[in-house]
Amino acid sequence: MNSIVMKQDASTAIRELLAYLLSSSRVDAVLTMRQVPETGSCDLGLITDPSGMVEAEPFLPVMTANAGQALSSISMSGKRIAAVLKPCELRGFTERVKREQGSFDNLLTISSICGGVFPLEKVISGDLEKLVPRYIEKTARAEAPRGLRETCKACEEFVPMNADISVSVTEHGSLMHLHSDRAEEYTEGFEGERIEARADQSHIDRMMKSRSAAKGKLFQSLEKSSGLDGLVDLFGKCVGCHGCSRVCPICYCQHCDFESINFDYNQPYFQESLEARGALRLPPDTILFQLGRLTHMSFSCVGCGMCSDVCPVSIPVAGIFKKTGERTAGLFDYVPGRDSEEPIPVMVFKEEELGDIG
Amino acid sequence: MISDKHDDFTPRITSFLCKWCSYTGADLAGTNRLQYPTSIIPIQVMCSSRVDPVFLIKAFLSGSDGVLMGGCHPGDCHYETGNYHTRRRFAILKEIFDSLGLESDRLKLSWISASEGPKFAQVSNEYTEQIRKMGKNPTRKSVFL
Repeated sequence: MNSIVMKQDASTAIRELLAYLLSSSRVDAVLTMRQVPETGSCDLGLITDPSGMVEAEPFLPVMTANAGQALSSISMSGKRIAAVLKPCELRGFTERVKREQGSFDNLLTISSICGGVFPLEKVISGDLEKLVPRYIEKTARAEAPRGLRETCKACEEFVPMNADISVSVTEHGSLMHLHSDRAEEYTEGFEGERIEARADQSHIDRMMKSRSAAKGKLFQSLEKSSGLDGLVDLFGKCVGCHGCSRVCPICYCQHCDFESINFDYNQPYFQESLEARGALRLPPDTILFQLGRLTHMSFSCVGCGMCSDVCPVSIPVAGIFKKTGERTAGLFDYVPGRDSEEPIPVMVFKEEELGDIG
Repeated sequence: MISDKHDDFTPRITSFLCKWCSYTGADLAGTNRLQYPTSIIPIQVMCSSRVDPVFLIKAFLSGSDGVLMGGCHPGDCHYETGNYHTRRRFAILKEIFDSLGLESDRLKLSWISASEGPKFAQVSNEYTEQIRKMGKNPTRKSVFL
């Protein structure tokens, strides 16, 4: 595969590429993580001026919002956009494209072999500055940095699946791999030595080993929440804010059924419930909400971990969705976000399948 | 009178039956004077694919001892492909129940055509017996759902 050798560190090189894309008018805007130098605060930003690139931190290990979700509406504006996405953000976006909530038509996607991101609490507490240098050092050696999101530690899909350009960073240097014609076309004229190279497989294998072990541990830790009592225990502290679905890159419905009048209970309902059970939990339907979301989108869950990160009462939502999602997607040999042409399992069927599921 | 003893209580089985096949099948069972238990609580729907799995979960969490989903045989859907979608959704729902350690046997999918009155009676009897053996759904009394 055609690759560009990056002389400086990966962030600087990608910043230069993005500035080049903007100044040569190949793209109209760039979507990337930014960090404001004075305050250290970070966010996801859309930049149109090459001079704005100084604030760009394309590989900042933080996810303030799943960029796949953010990209959804702007990708259909008709403007040409280069977007730096983490592999799960790209997969989330791909799932949205399948739901006609986005388009690859005017998009150049840049992703990287991902070391994971830190929970948002690390950003709020101001620890990020200290954590990032060590993070870069550790991920270059294929070691797992401490303090990452639980789902990141257990993520086995850290290699981008369908990016135009992917970046790999190892101890031996950084490479920009060009996967598509669009990548070749957009990077034409950009300085840098071209070589024939692939991402270092042994580096990926070493990362995979620790990820798989962490995944086993994560799934095992969720076993104790199994069964009706386990779920009651787990979701007993749910405050019903529905934040998990708002930040989810897959949950795109503007009018979520769970926020509709269907679940706006009235006096007779409460009365009936009280008579049947002698008590009533408020807010109601916290387990129904999560079970319902699982049936609606678990097979498309990309395991980005946003839901757990925003949960005000620390329910491990992401772990549950990842664990169950792998099983529901597995029924149809489906891998969420693998290929934008692969149809969503609930939109298609085979005449002969699934046997006797009664 | 509903007894607390497991082997002789009358289960409550919320049944979503499609208008064109299963519900008509239930009607036929009635006009043929076939015996089937009072545990079946039928709800007519236009197509099994109209049923959001959330309805089934709601029935389950509201204390139904069993939830039955009835549709036309695959290939015979009145709307041509509705029941194929039902089948996938139902498989997903069962998988979710299994992965979370919930009793997925309390969910049942059955294909019953309009001419299969005897099959409707048979399914009703067998499923009621199966649920009776499982006992009452613990969600009946569980408050914090």
